[in-house]
Amino acid sequence: SKSSSKLTEGISGIFTKRKLDDEALEELEELLITADLGPTTAAKVTAELARTRFGKEVSPEEVKATLAAEVAKIVGPVAKPLEIDAALKPHVILVVGVNGTGKTTTIGKLARQFRAEGKTVMLAAGDTFRAAAVSQLKIWGERTGCPVIARDTGADAAGLAFDALEEARRQSVDILLIDTAGRLQNKAGLMDELRKIVRVIKKVDESAPHTTLLTLDATTGQNAHNQVEVFRDMVNVSGLILTKLDGSARGGVLVSLAERFKLPVHAIGIGEGVYDLRPFDADQFAKSLMGLPSQ
Amino acid sequence: MFDGLTGRLGDIFDKLRRRGALSEEDVNAALREVRVALLEADVALPVVKQFVNQVKERAIGQEVLRSITPGQQVIKIVHDNLVEMLGQGEEINLNAAAPVPILMVGLQGSGKTTSTAKIALRLKNRDRKKVLMASLDVRRPAAQEQLKVLGEQTGVATLPIVPGQDPVAIARRAIETGRREGYDVVMLDTAGRLSIDEELMAEVAAVRDATKPAETLLVADAMTGQDAVTVATNFNDKVGITGILLTRVDGDARGGAALSMRQITGKPIKLLGMGEKIDALEAFHPDRIAGRILGMGDVVSLVEKA
Ligand SMILES: Nc1nc2c(ncn2[C@@H]2O[C@H](COP(=O)(O)OP(=O)(O)OP(=O)(O)O)[C@@H](O)[C@H]2O)c(=O)[nH]1
Ligand SMILES: Nc1nc2c(ncn2[C@@H]2O[C@H](COP(=O)(O)OP(=O)(O)OP(=O)(O)O)[C@@H](O)[C@H]2O)c(=O)[nH]1
Ligand SMILES: [Mg+2]
Ligand SMILES: [Mg+2]
Repeated sequence: SKSSSKLTEGISGIFTKRKLDDEALEELEELLITADLGPTTAAKVTAELARTRFGKEVSPEEVKATLAAEVAKIVGPVAKPLEIDAALKPHVILVVGVNGTGKTTTIGKLARQFRAEGKTVMLAAGDTFRAAAVSQLKIWGERTGCPVIARDTGADAAGLAFDALEEARRQSVDILLIDTAGRLQNKAGLMDELRKIVRVIKKVDESAPHTTLLTLDATTGQNAHNQVEVFRDMVNVSGLILTKLDGSARGGVLVSLAERFKLPVHAIGIGEGVYDLRPFDADQFAKSLMGLPSQ
Repeated sequence: MFDGLTGRLGDIFDKLRRRGALSEEDVNAALREVRVALLEADVALPVVKQFVNQVKERAIGQEVLRSITPGQQVIKIVHDNLVEMLGQGEEINLNAAAPVPILMVGLQGSGKTTSTAKIALRLKNRDRKKVLMASLDVRRPAAQEQLKVLGEQTGVATLPIVPGQDPVAIARRAIETGRREGYDVVMLDTAGRLSIDEELMAEVAAVRDATKPAETLLVADAMTGQDAVTVATNFNDKVGITGILLTRVDGDARGGAALSMRQITGKPIKLLGMGEKIDALEAFHPDRIAGRILGMGDVVSLVEKA
């Protein structure tokens, strides 16, 4: 993509027949900053490179590979697939996140994946706020062959979640995916509503939700830190999904998020279609961040 | 984690004050903190560099070095420069023959459909305009229905949905309907698209050519990171924007993307989305966004206190 090729050109430009000196390191750090790693993490990653290679003649490939390895070392531990407990009927997955980050679409993609694995899936239209949010999820339900539990717009989201879980239990489905309205993490009232959804779900099943996914938009810059921190504290987020990685943004903020929060990253979104979900692969992510061919 | 600029500079200048006169090196140290503060606020790197150079020139020119409150002086120069670069807010341009087309473009999920309804409501209530809204989004599930529902909520007319029509055909039908039925303004909401998606960027350029919009607003999320450069550049080059509408300003992002986009396109920030509700739309005031990018509330009073 465009930004990673920019990164490639930049790094190649810096290191053609050059010693790794302060100036080169600074340029390198800047290239990482433009991938959203943030100034602190970018400095840290380049410092690691300096420690081992400073003053030496280095080729662009070597530099890229070393940096990618450095990034992979940081994000590697958080690359974990989403695990479903087959004993649970249902395994409840609550999907939360800021407005427009891709919650509803990701639910559609996950539903298809679970169905392909032979599981029975039910969807709950917990966004009772946004115009046509229910219709949107219903279309995903049709596409993936999953029943959708819904109420009218304006209904109580927690009540809907309660009904859906009871219904999913009655039908003994494998997985219940609950959509929620988008909300900004600094809106206390809306975050309280989300906590209420969790409390009400627990009335039916003390151990639910078994998974709470936070969707993060790869275009987001440093505010992703606030998003992860607040959603984690409020509703005990268990894992992340990074969406829109098919765009020009590389999602570099994930590197500092992995360092700071150590929350699993289960999958990435790479398009608007039903198949556009991939497991999160640390090496591939790191390589594409550096503009290296990822496979 | 993200200290505002005051904290960062405060430490440096506290140390320096005790030593008396400042050197150019001291100013450079301060500017390094300015650089980090701006990067943490998501201002794009090329814009940060340009900004720091401007501030440096001014700082030296204005003899900060001999000032008794150099920290406050530097903050004031940074703030003033930021306000200047952000530019003044501008009203929506309706200077065209009715029905005036307004085209809304941007990445997926940035807030185009919501903002379309917000602008329509504002034009209807404040400016007494007769507005028609049309959704050209034939891709996202229930996108056209979303705009229709917003039309019902706001009492703004929406173009009847005809399944199977492509975006250019819908746009033409919207303008024709607008002309025939005497609308003042026709708002064209488009599907979200990646700025590197050549095919979809060409599609929206075709809509532009078919409708000749008086305004083409880039709707962008205030939380956008460094990618703001690519997004703003591509939408401006390939579609030609006339202004920027920044959404989710009700969040707690520092909003550096505002500066990046404004600087890179030279196009004004026209409106701010301040919430999910249909009336949550505000005019742009550069000083407020400047204070926010710098991580300090009211900079001017801060400087006066010093
Ligand atoms: N390119 C791309 N677009 C995506 C991806 N995931 C979601 N989208 C698009 O992003 C937009 C928003 O997605 P939604 O799933 O509606 O997001 P949401 O978080 O449910 O939004 P709200 O419910 O309004 O908060 C839609 O246009 C989706 O098609 C992705 O991985 N890549
Ligand atoms: N908090 C807040 N939410 C907003 C604002 N503007 C839009 N939203 C929300 O952001 C989400 C996406 O808004 P849409 O208007 O559907 O975005 P879009 O750009 O039309 O999305 P696509 O058509 O899928 O590309 C919705 O949940 C909106 O309620 C805003 O200024 N503040
Ligand atoms: Mg949704
Ligand atoms: Mg839309």
